[in-house]
Amino acid sequence: MQLTLVHTRYQLLEIVRIPIALIGSAFFPAAAMLFFVVPFAGKDPVGATYATASMVTFSVMSANIFQYGIGVAEDRDQPWNPYTRTLPAGPGPRLAGRVLAGLALTYLSLLPVLVISATLTAARITPLAFLLAIGTVAVVSVPFTLMGLAIGYSLPSKAAIVVAQIVFFPLAFGGGLLSAPGEAPGFIEVIAPYLPTRGAAELMWATVGDYPMRPLSLSMLGVWVVVLASLAVWAYRRDEGRRFS
Amino acid sequence: MLLARADQVTRRYGDVLALDRVDLTVRAGEMVGLLGPNGAGKSTLMNLIVGLRRPTSGRIELFGGDPRDPASRRQLGMTPQETGLPGTLRVGEVVDFVAAHYPDPVPRGELLDRFGLTDQVRRQTGGLSGGQRRRLAVALAFVGRPRLVLLDEPTTGLDVEARRTLWDAIRAFHADGGTVLLSSHYLEEVEALAERVVVIGHGRMLADDSVDAIRSVVGVRRVGFVADELPALPGVVRSELIDGRHHLLTTDADQLVRDLVVAGVAFSELEVRPTSLEEAFLAITAEERPRDEPPVTATAGR
Repeated sequence: MQLTLVHTRYQLLEIVRIPIALIGSAFFPAAAMLFFVVPFAGKDPVGATYATASMVTFSVMSANIFQYGIGVAEDRDQPWNPYTRTLPAGPGPRLAGRVLAGLALTYLSLLPVLVISATLTAARITPLAFLLAIGTVAVVSVPFTLMGLAIGYSLPSKAAIVVAQIVFFPLAFGGGLLSAPGEAPGFIEVIAPYLPTRGAAELMWATVGDYPMRPLSLSMLGVWVVVLASLAVWAYRRDEGRRFS
Repeated sequence: MLLARADQVTRRYGDVLALDRVDLTVRAGEMVGLLGPNGAGKSTLMNLIVGLRRPTSGRIELFGGDPRDPASRRQLGMTPQETGLPGTLRVGEVVDFVAAHYPDPVPRGELLDRFGLTDQVRRQTGGLSGGQRRRLAVALAFVGRPRLVLLDEPTTGLDVEARRTLWDAIRAFHADGGTVLLSSHYLEEVEALAERVVVIGHGRMLADDSVDAIRSVVGVRRVGFVADELPALPGVVRSELIDGRHHLLTTDADQLVRDLVVAGVAFSELEVRPTSLEEAFLAITAEERPRDEPPVTATAGR
């Protein structure tokens, strides 16, 4: 446990030393808040609250896909990573440290969205719902962490960057994150429930408002978690087999 | 007491045979040099000993256990490749990170002092010179007060002064009772540090002997000349006939030339050249030698 925290701290240190990496995952959702949410839904308390929750989901998704997808792929290129495996600890603390650091950075990347929402829109949230939402963010991180790990462990870093970028926008758009609940264009309403972003967004909406979750989206989210977990485990094992067996 | 042992270890990467039935023992207090040309299998053997890789067949023991079990690595020190240090972390942070894995690490100041890095403690490793990075990489092997240290090409590409600093630190560790296994493709480095030399080539163990015995083998010369028929000549390790020119590898070129003269060989265009380490290794790994014959050339003196 102590070692996990040591690894977490050093992962964070490495990232914080190149602060532009932090700005990357926080930029898109913050920009979307400024350009779409503030002018169009800013005045309506309910709409602004849902829109903020959508942008939080967007932020969680992009932060996780990018930091794991690209971070893990880059780490695999570095000889430092095998060196740490000669220290008297298994790969566990390093992986656990990476996930903890990832979660911390995910929360950090939400700050701009929250600040914009609190200062420039009419969005409202009760303290209890806010605390619940903090927990929901951790839950919603799970599928996207797994997706990032699957990308990072299965692809070389140059390919991982491209795949992460290709994947995240359709997921955000197709999941209906860029429109109010139930008001996305018709075809998106049809495909949205089958994307992990929708189930994640509905969880967020239900946490901050009265949104009734749809069983289809929620069960598809469960299916995605299982599929992505299997993919991540497969990619991790394959990588271990290639480099450490 | 055996600290590390390889028992008939074979390692394949796909179709490539990186190590072929290698036996190696490292006892407490020894300073063993692992000598061989690039691609000989030195790094593979080291990776097996520290548990990064698993042998395809055979057995590796580290402190009596499986090196893939973290507990077996508690008294092991290993050095990362200098290019692999995390560039954004400071020197002191990298040392602290590694130290966190050991119960009783060497205090940071003491370690950095020993490797001449005290002034660099606040520098990011990405901004260090090549020599400083290399010294830091080697220093990391000593953080956890190891009993056995593995150094893979510790001073390759360093200037003379940096090399001396590292050699002194390695010698001091050994003088305190520490055990060292270091690989190099420089005979000079192995001569300066090691007492015992293990030579690997093409994945096979070619020799395991004292530095002196290995030096005599590696001191092979190439004697070339043009001549017709050659009588049987003593002391020839290997002979080739290329475009009418004979190339003889021998440990005693003077005696060979005398023998040629005494035998009345009508030779011309005589040339005597030192062989590179690589050539000497090739001489003892000569393809003609049946695979199962023991590597006699190098161990004959024992």
